[in-house]
Amino acid sequence: MTEKYLERGYLTPEELKEIIELPSEERLRGKPVAVPECPQRIPCTPCKEICPTDAIKMDNPNDIPVVDYDKCIGCSLCVQICPGLAFFMVQYRGDKARVTMPHELLPLPKRGEEVILLNRKGEEIGKGKVILIIPRDKSVGDTPVVTVEVPLELAWEARAIKVVRE
Amino acid sequence: MRLQEHPIIDFTKRRGRKVTIYFEGKPIEAYEGEPIAEALHAAGIRVLSYTPKLNRPRGLFCAIGKCSSCLMVVNGIPNVRTCITLVEDGMRIERQRGLQPLPKNVKSPRWKDAEKKYGDIIVIGGGPAGLAAAIKAAENGAKVMLIDENPILGGQLVKQTHKFFGKREQFAGVRGIKIAEILAKEAKDKGVEIHLETSAIGIFQEGDQKMVAAVKKNTHLMEFYGKAVIVATGAMEKMIPFKNNDLPGVYGAGAIQTLMNTYGIEPGKRVLIVGAGNVGVILAYQLLQANVEVVAIVEAMPRIGGYFVHAAKIRRLGVPIYTRHTILRAEGKEKVERAVIAQIDEKWKPIPGTEKTFDVDIIALAVGLRPSVELLHQAGCQLVYVRELSGYVTRHDKRMETTVRGIFVAGDSSGIEEATTAMLEGKIAGLSAALLVGKAKPAVLEEIKKYQDDLNEFRSGPFGQHILKGIEKVMIHD
Repeated sequence: MTEKYLERGYLTPEELKEIIELPSEERLRGKPVAVPECPQRIPCTPCKEICPTDAIKMDNPNDIPVVDYDKCIGCSLCVQICPGLAFFMVQYRGDKARVTMPHELLPLPKRGEEVILLNRKGEEIGKGKVILIIPRDKSVGDTPVVTVEVPLELAWEARAIKVVRE
Repeated sequence: MRLQEHPIIDFTKRRGRKVTIYFEGKPIEAYEGEPIAEALHAAGIRVLSYTPKLNRPRGLFCAIGKCSSCLMVVNGIPNVRTCITLVEDGMRIERQRGLQPLPKNVKSPRWKDAEKKYGDIIVIGGGPAGLAAAIKAAENGAKVMLIDENPILGGQLVKQTHKFFGKREQFAGVRGIKIAEILAKEAKDKGVEIHLETSAIGIFQEGDQKMVAAVKKNTHLMEFYGKAVIVATGAMEKMIPFKNNDLPGVYGAGAIQTLMNTYGIEPGKRVLIVGAGNVGVILAYQLLQANVEVVAIVEAMPRIGGYFVHAAKIRRLGVPIYTRHTILRAEGKEKVERAVIAQIDEKWKPIPGTEKTFDVDIIALAVGLRPSVELLHQAGCQLVYVRELSGYVTRHDKRMETTVRGIFVAGDSSGIEEATTAMLEGKIAGLSAALLVGKAKPAVLEEIKKYQDDLNEFRSGPFGQHILKGIEKVMIHD
């Protein structure tokens, strides 16, 4: 496979699907599930080390992480610790999806706040509502984590947020 | 301009007492604990000197005391590296205009009056490699003296707000700034004697002792005596040729990190970054965290050289990366006002008609580092040019001992790599030096073996292949 993403700096959802198997629709309708967007072999293991259910497979520290979606309990520890900010969680709920992502910028949004959704190349693609925030001091990885409710069709597009305040 | 709010660092807790310095007679507010050039930058002063022949303005470039771009006249003394010399209340600072002689009324210090210090091991450099080496050597009973020319321990870790990779026992998932604090505390707790603002200027053999000659705070001469020396002097930033690349505002990536992440000073308003290696993409993210606009990253190679995940972090926040592009020139009067870039063809020639102009006040160069090997060179260690390690490096064995008995090397000064590997190499060098001086027990050979295995494991991926190829060219086998 030609690694086009290394020319652009982002993955397309299609490329992600080629690199790792994504959770089934059924699984996505269950608990939140962790999905790594970490396609390149680099020496890094905190996600595997912190996972409480041993759901992340990585035989060599340079291997890419592969999540066993049945073992994943959606605790978000991998999202909190990942040094590359490359772990996300996705959950489908009715006609919405909840996307959990790291957010290391100011301001930190408030629960219930409406935020602008950005895709992997920084384009504004819609609006979402902040459902949950793990602030920095509660995060095991020193990184705030935000869960945003987004339209279902943006579940595999929205990967960052922009907080707009007057 | 100073940064008020930052998602990672609380600068209000860090800043010292307010003091007043005088720039060309004009009072400027500064904080105790910050260097002169950084305080001037916060006050909007970019031009620090004028060159001797062409009278061209010069500003900061490396901000860690390595490049001499910031030499100014301080309290009447010329050639002061203002990027690492701390402000003092009432200090008088003038732009240096060409070559300026030492004033006649100043008496130079004399070597016969140098202060002498004695120990087992002298570590030069207080970054991740030097601190790890000092900790391991001290842990095994050696009296260790560590000298560093910067005012803060931690080397480049002190400006790394991102979390490190590797394994958790190697500080993966911990921010560089935190790692610096942990290592500095451990070194102090283990009894390492620390000399900051102290520049090593030579390594000599005196009988059966090594002697490191040094200058503390620009004026005070010192001699450090021991049986082994560990050189962990890090690296310095590379420069690339383009028109007006000396214009104040063309800064090394590390200088921008120093301004914003060490001292909480806004580096500029709009930045163009040259180079999409790890340093370039990490810098872009750090600038966004400091609320500074990044207009683009240009990269001459067809692909991003840094870790993909670092690039993805800034792409999803809207920073474009132009691969196969280069910077043509900087424009502006006495400071950067614009940058012009262009696409390049297969032969690396700019393609006419593809030029783009950006209004920026900073051009950040993240075009690579080269090992700081000056002291190793002076000490007589055999140097070889190794492209994979980014410059001239010394030959060494698996225990990091160079071709000169008793001189060890670790970290970027042995080849450009990562802080994680610098710490592992430092541990190996520290233990090996402690063995050599007769302090460590032979049992530490097993510990050395563990760190060697960790290095091999870390380097076993695609990014490590390159490094391993380079190391093979310098390795002295038993």
